[in-house]
Amino acid sequence: MKTPKELYYQETHEWVKVEGDFAYIGITDFAQDELGEVVFIEMPEVEDQLSKDTEFATVESVKAASDLIAPVSGVIVEINEELEDSPELLNEDSYENWIVKIELEDKSELEGLMDADAYKKLTSE
Amino acid sequence: MFKYLPHTPEDIQAMLKTIGVKDINELYSDMPKTLKGVDLDIPSSMSEIELTEHFKTLAGENRPLKSFMGMGAYDHYTPSVIRHLIERQEFLTAYTPYQPEVSQGTLQYIFEYQSMICELTGMDVSNASMYDGATATAEAMYMAVNVRKKRRHILVSETVNPVIVDVLRTYAYNQDIDLELVSEKEGVSDVSALKDAMRHDTAALITQTPNRYGHIEDFEDLGEACSANKTLFVINQDPSTLSHLKTPRDQGADIAVGEAQTLGVPLSFGGPYIGYFATTKKLMRKMPGRICGVTEDTDGLRAFVLTLQAREQHIRREKANSNICSNQSLMALFVTIYLSIMGKKGLYEAQNISKNHAHYLHDMLLKLPHFEDPFEKPFFKEFTLKTSLDVTQMNKLLSEQGYLGPFDQGAFSEDKAGLVTFSVTEKRTKEEMDHFIDIMGAL
Amino acid sequence: MAYDQLIFERSQTGRIGYSLPKSEIKEYPLDDSLKREKTPDLPEVSEFDVIRHFTNVSFKNHGIETGFYPLGSCTMKYNPKIDQDLSGMDAFTGLHPYQPVDTVQGVLEVLYETQKMLAKISGLDTYSLNPYAGAHGELVGLMIIRHYHANRKDFARKKIIVPDSAHGTNPASAATAGFDVVEVASNQDGTVNLNSLKSVLDDSIAGIMLTNPNTIGMFEKDILEIARLVHEAGGLLYYDGANLNPMMGMARPGDMGFDIMHINLHKTFSTPHGGGGPGSGPVGVTRELKPYLPEPVVRKAGNHFFIDQKDDQSIGRISHFYGNVGVVLKAYAFLRTNGKEHLSEIAQYSTLNANYVKESLKDTFKLPIDAHCKHEFVFDGLIDKSTGVTTYDISKRLLDYGIHPPTMYFPLLYKESMMIEPVENESKQTLDHFIKTMKIIAKEAIDDPDLVKHAPHTTPVKRLDEAKAAREPKVKFKDLIA
Repeated sequence: MKTPKELYYQETHEWVKVEGDFAYIGITDFAQDELGEVVFIEMPEVEDQLSKDTEFATVESVKAASDLIAPVSGVIVEINEELEDSPELLNEDSYENWIVKIELEDKSELEGLMDADAYKKLTSE
Repeated sequence: MFKYLPHTPEDIQAMLKTIGVKDINELYSDMPKTLKGVDLDIPSSMSEIELTEHFKTLAGENRPLKSFMGMGAYDHYTPSVIRHLIERQEFLTAYTPYQPEVSQGTLQYIFEYQSMICELTGMDVSNASMYDGATATAEAMYMAVNVRKKRRHILVSETVNPVIVDVLRTYAYNQDIDLELVSEKEGVSDVSALKDAMRHDTAALITQTPNRYGHIEDFEDLGEACSANKTLFVINQDPSTLSHLKTPRDQGADIAVGEAQTLGVPLSFGGPYIGYFATTKKLMRKMPGRICGVTEDTDGLRAFVLTLQAREQHIRREKANSNICSNQSLMALFVTIYLSIMGKKGLYEAQNISKNHAHYLHDMLLKLPHFEDPFEKPFFKEFTLKTSLDVTQMNKLLSEQGYLGPFDQGAFSEDKAGLVTFSVTEKRTKEEMDHFIDIMGAL
Repeated sequence: MAYDQLIFERSQTGRIGYSLPKSEIKEYPLDDSLKREKTPDLPEVSEFDVIRHFTNVSFKNHGIETGFYPLGSCTMKYNPKIDQDLSGMDAFTGLHPYQPVDTVQGVLEVLYETQKMLAKISGLDTYSLNPYAGAHGELVGLMIIRHYHANRKDFARKKIIVPDSAHGTNPASAATAGFDVVEVASNQDGTVNLNSLKSVLDDSIAGIMLTNPNTIGMFEKDILEIARLVHEAGGLLYYDGANLNPMMGMARPGDMGFDIMHINLHKTFSTPHGGGGPGSGPVGVTRELKPYLPEPVVRKAGNHFFIDQKDDQSIGRISHFYGNVGVVLKAYAFLRTNGKEHLSEIAQYSTLNANYVKESLKDTFKLPIDAHCKHEFVFDGLIDKSTGVTTYDISKRLLDYGIHPPTMYFPLLYKESMMIEPVENESKQTLDHFIKTMKIIAKEAIDDPDLVKHAPHTTPVKRLDEAKAAREPKVKFKDLIA
C-alpha cells in the first residue's frame, strides 16, 4: 500500500496535497482498495464552498458507496473532470488522480491532520 | 401428515437425533415461558375441495360490472397469453435477481420493460417499476428534494387526481415538505398561476395528463419555466395514452411517472398494479428503485445485471435514495408481454377505439337533458360532465343493470358536486353504450 | 448457448400479435397539437413469437420448483397452485375498486377476515392491508410512530434505534419517515446488547425496530426486558415480520411487547415473490394505535362489510386503493388451507430443518454461534480458508449443482456471512442432498480451488462484469444499437 510522504491524511482516508495557497484532495490507496472497482464519482461543482468535516463528494463502487469528508475548508477552483468519464483511474493511482482542487481558507486546519507515518500506522492496525 | 409438510415421524426422529435434542420444543427452550402456549384462534384447515367451494361462495358475493368508470383503474382487455406466461414458475416463484447467473430471465424482461417505458415516455431511463402510480409520484417528490438539496417546496396542480394528492400529502409530512396546491382553471392546470407560484425553493412541480377530469393538458412552456428555476418538472401520465399523445419528454418533463395498470393489468379491486418511473440521463443516479443494465460475462456473452446499486438501501442504509428494496416485478413482466402482444399497431388501435367510444358516449350523453359539458376541453378516453341527477341514485340504478356508472367528483369536495367522470375502453361495445345511454335517458 | 434474443430483435415490420373487435363508431380525430410525432417503437411480433420468446427467457431463471432455494431471510417456500387458481377467478380480478360495496361483499369479506387472522397470529389488535411490500410496511409503521408522538405533542422524539445487524431497509425506512437513525451494537450472536441499548434510551427516542428471531436466527431472549426498557423511556417497538415463520403458533410479537409490525405475505404466507414483487406488507397495531392506520380501512357492521375512508388521526393514504388485493387473496387461501392445525407445524419444521442442516455442516463450515437457532442460521464461510475460497465462490459453485445459493454477505456481523434458510416444506432427503453437495464443494475448495473460484460453469451466463454495467450504464434497447 502506497502512502506518499509529502501528503497530509485524515482518518476517513482522504489525503491533502498543498501547493502554495491551493490544495488537492483525493482518496488514499487504502480507500480505493477497500472500495473495490470504482464505477462513479459524484462530484461537487466549481465554486462550491467546502467546509471541514462535511461531505463533499461520493465515490461509488459496485458494492459500496463512500462519502468523502472535507479534511480542510476552502472554495473549489477545479474538479478532476477526467474522473467523470474514467472513474477507474482512482483504482489505478489514487494519488495521481486527485478529486478536487481548492483554495485553502485556513492553513492552520492542516495541523490537525496526520502525516504519512501516522496514517500508515492507522491502516495497518 | 399434511400435503405441504413432508416430514414422516421417522424423518423427524432422525433429524432430532442429529441435532441432539429429544423434541422440537427443546429448540424453543430459549423463549420466556410466559410467551409460550399460544392458542391460535383461527379457522381449521380446509381440503382443496372445501377451499374451492368456499371461494365459489365468496365469488358469488361479488358482481363484476361493465365499467364506465376510470379514475385510476381502467377496464382494458388482457390477452390470454399473459396469464399463461406469467404463471411459469421460473418467473412466478423466483426471488429478486440477486444471483444474476440464474436470474437472466427476470433481468432480461426488466430490461425489455425499461426499454418499452422509455419508448412510450421519450425519457432516457426507466427503473424496474414501483408499487403503483401514486407512490411513484411520491417517490418523484422525494427525488426532487433529494436532488435539490435545501429546497422543500413542492407545487401540485389541482387537476392531479385528488387521491394521488392525498398520497403526496402523507409522504410530504415525513420529510417536512411544504406542499402547495395550485387552483385549476376551467378543468385544466392554470399554467400562469403555476409559474407565479414557483419560488426559489420549489424543488418540483407535479402535474397530470390526462388529468382528474380526463382532459388532455397542454403545459405550454411550463417545462422551460421549471428548468430556468431549477425546479424538476414531474408529469404523471397514463402510459397507454402515449400511443397517441405528446410524450412527457415532448412537454419538458424531468421525471415521468404514472400508473401502468392501463397496459392490460386486470382491475383486481385496485391491486396489484404497477407504477412506472422514468427520468433523464442526467438524473439517472438519483432515481429510486431497481435498475437493470447490460454487461458481459467472462466469456464475453451479453448479460443483464442490476446496476447502479450504490444508490440503494442494502448499501447506503439510511442514506439511500429510497427505502424501496423491490419492484412490482411480475407486473413489469405483465406489461412487457402486453406491449409485445399489442405491439406498435395494437396499442394504438386499442387506445383509438377507447378514444372514439369515449367521444361517442360524450356526444350522446350531451343530447340528454340532464347533462352538460362545462369545460369543453379536449379529452382522450375519460371525460367529465355536469349533471342535475342524483349521482348516488343514478349509479345504484346502473349497477342493478350490470353497469358501473361514472365517478362522482363530489366525493372529493363539495365544490365539485354534480361533476361526474366517465371512462370508456375498447371492451365496451356500441350495444352496451347505447343501452347505458338508454338507461340514463330514462332517468 | 442459452437463448439470447431481445423481443425487439425478433421484430418484423408489419407483423402483429393481437386481435380487436371491429368498431362501428366513427373516428373522432385529436387535434394535431396534442399528438406525438412518432409512434413508439414497440416490437412487431406474432402471438407465437411472444410465447416462444418469453418461454425461452423463463428457462434462464431458477425458480422454487426448479430446485432447492435456501435463501436466508427470504422464506422461499412452495407456492400452492390452488391459491393461484382461486385468486385468479374473474369474480375477483374483474372488480373495479370503486364499485358499490354491495357488489363486492365477497372480496371485502376476504380482506376483513385476513385482517382478523393476522391479528390473532401476531397478538395485535388489527391490521391494514394497504402496504404493498415489507419495506412499505416499515415506512407505514414508522409514520404511525411519528404521528403517535406528534399527537401527544412530544416533538422531541426524532430518533429510531436500529441494531447494526438489521436489514438495510430498516435504517432506510426510518430515514425516509424523517427520523434520525441510532445504530446500537449487537452482541456477537446478533442479539441486542442491553448496555448499549440503555446508553441510548432517553426522551429523544421515538422507537426501536427489531426482528425476532434476529437476522442470524437467534431468539431475542431478553425481549421482555427490552420492551420494558423502551416503553419506560417512552418509545414504541416495531417488529419487522421478515422472520415470523418460526414464530407462528409458538409466540406472538404482541405478547413480546411490540406495538406495531408488518408481515410479508409473500414470505410467510407464500403468495410468490414474483421475481421481486408484487408482495404485500400488512401493518398491525395495538388497540391504542388503531386510529393511526392508513386510509381506507375495511370494517364490518352486522353482516355487512364496508370501506371506511377517513379517520381524523390516520396517517393518511399510502396507496391509491386498498393495497395488493390479488396477493392478499392468495395469503387468505394459504391461511385457510393450513388452518390452526398446521401453522405451528410450519414454524416447528422450519426450525427443525435449519438446526438439522446447521448441525450436519458445522464441522465443515465455520459456525460463529453454536446454539439452537430458529428458522435460519449463518455460517462464516469455510472453516478451512487456506485456499482462499470465499462465500461468493461457494455460492457460485452451488449454481452448478442446481441449488440456489444462500444469502451472501448478510448480515454484516461476519466477513463471510452465508445465511441459510431451509423452509418447512423441504424434505429430509432434499436437505441431505444439500448437505452432501456443500461437503463436496468444501472438498473441491481444497482439491481444486480454481474450479470453485471460477464457478459457475453450467449456468446460462458465467460471472458478470458488474463494474462495466455501472460505469457505462446501458439501460434500454436503444442504448445497445446507438
